[in-house]
Amino acid sequence: MPPMTLAEKIIAKAAGRASVAPGEVVTTKVDLAMIHDSGGPRRVEPILKRLGVGLFDRDKVVLISDHYVPGDTEEGAAILALTREWAKEKKVAFYDGEGICHVVLPERGHLKPGMLVVGGDSHSPTGGAFGAYMFGVGATEMAGVLATGEIWLRVPETIRIEWTGKLGAHLMAKDMVLAMCGRLGMDGGRYQAIEYAGETVRALSMQERMTLSNMAAELGAQAGLIAPDKTTIDWLAEHGATDLPDPADWQGDPDAPVAETHFFNADELAPQVAAPHSPANAAPVTDYEPTRIDVAYIGACTGAKYVDLKAAAEIIRGRRLAPGVELLVAPSSKRDQERAARDGIMKVLEDAGAKVLPNACGICAGYGSARLGEDVTCISTTARNFRGRMGAKSSKVYLGSPYTVAASAIAGRIADPREIGAGA
Amino acid sequence: MSKAFVYGDDIDTDALAPGQYMSGGIEQIAAHCLETVDPDFASQVKPGDVLIAGKNFGMGSSREQAAQALKHLGLAGVVARSYAGIFYRNAINLGLPVLVGGAELDRVKPGDAVELDMANSRLITEAGPIELEPLPDFLLAMLADGGLVPHLEKRFARQRANDGEKQ
Ligand code: SF4
Repeated sequence: MPPMTLAEKIIAKAAGRASVAPGEVVTTKVDLAMIHDSGGPRRVEPILKRLGVGLFDRDKVVLISDHYVPGDTEEGAAILALTREWAKEKKVAFYDGEGICHVVLPERGHLKPGMLVVGGDSHSPTGGAFGAYMFGVGATEMAGVLATGEIWLRVPETIRIEWTGKLGAHLMAKDMVLAMCGRLGMDGGRYQAIEYAGETVRALSMQERMTLSNMAAELGAQAGLIAPDKTTIDWLAEHGATDLPDPADWQGDPDAPVAETHFFNADELAPQVAAPHSPANAAPVTDYEPTRIDVAYIGACTGAKYVDLKAAAEIIRGRRLAPGVELLVAPSSKRDQERAARDGIMKVLEDAGAKVLPNACGICAGYGSARLGEDVTCISTTARNFRGRMGAKSSKVYLGSPYTVAASAIAGRIADPREIGAGA
Repeated sequence: MSKAFVYGDDIDTDALAPGQYMSGGIEQIAAHCLETVDPDFASQVKPGDVLIAGKNFGMGSSREQAAQALKHLGLAGVVARSYAGIFYRNAINLGLPVLVGGAELDRVKPGDAVELDMANSRLITEAGPIELEPLPDFLLAMLADGGLVPHLEKRFARQRANDGEKQ
């Protein structure tokens, strides 16, 4: 058999083939389909009706409400009602108001290395952190997946991104991925499969790895894989996944050809900030330092997991927000919020003056009532800062890590977390 | 024979489906398709014509209208050196043939008489056929049916008919 990359191995298995090569078009079985309230039932059901069919396998479909939660607008409430009705009728696994889909899916043990997973959302590459080939599609294609349990794929080339060195204090996966966006651009992934590798990646916790894979979307890749290891298996077992494979079965072959290899060094990395209106505008935080901010946002699937809340609290502990600055925190999932509450992290944030929002997408994509107003400048832990995405067209969004966002909330301007340092 | 419209690398989705017409229907978008690259394209293209392009055709946003506009204009298909991934998926799912060719495509000049021979994965030109990367049968079938949804519609209708016979 020819040597294969991890992406090729997963696709070959899903296609029922011994091997596949980049450029080949194959039909694969789908191990799991994830949909949410926005692109899910309301968009796919009319197509399923037109086709006159039901779900291919209700045990392989997971529905998560997150975009319109908590349903505080009339439209949002109606969409949530429809979503709940559909879940009941179809008897699928449904997590309602439990958090953001990309975080809830693995948290409830649904992902495993070697799976081929299709998500109805553009940040679906997040699942790649678990060694699953997970990618996003639009509602029409999702309806096709739900009807047939299959999808066609053009086997991608693999782009290897290798990290060496050790992250310094107050640096995180978010800084790594922003640095990659800055150097490679939003088209660097060419809709191929990125595989993150190297000692720096191996040393990351599971939730940190999720941040890298999540923003494979911003790098323009179809998937953002990290080969599984003990960290992966232990984390999944702890989160209720069963029948876990041997991680040795889901590694790329060392001699498998890749399209490109990019090298990055964590030893030289400074905290990164991406200026409006593209993640590709990433540069060291010092480049943007005097910029005054009105809102600091810790939220989204990208930047409000337990590790992110913990990082923010480390800076904020015992301090107050700068006058006039609003700190909004929307923890990625209910479970992460509960754990952060148990560990005193939520109290640290609230004592400093943070406003805690529901476990949902919220203003990351401009939903809900906390949207950014005219001319507001925000620094955010989210993945995207396209013009107008989080609110008014005139608002400006800078992207940074939870450390950097927290440091900026304390300073009232974009600030280097290494300079502000840990709180009391 | 039909005509070849030949363009270069990196034709983006803004050129194919210009942002300022996106709020209109597909007729309006199609009428302005590629106008920033070739102002005459939309008015001159005829059903069955073929668009030849370089690398990374359809780069940019995920908007499905980029492929839909070309289909609306009646193109037999696009033949390019390579495609942006999301455009490629959208095109096939909407029933627009997209084929990949090699360096030989360079000999096709604007206005040449050409014909897309889907069954044999070739572009027929006056100077002889150019071989293209073949698409697997199931994608050819999907394209022939007009895209993913009509294709599935047929497939399920067939299944139901078969089940009916068995009973
Ligand atoms: S939090 Fe933001 S990036 Fe994540 S799924 Fe929701 S809208 Fe998308």
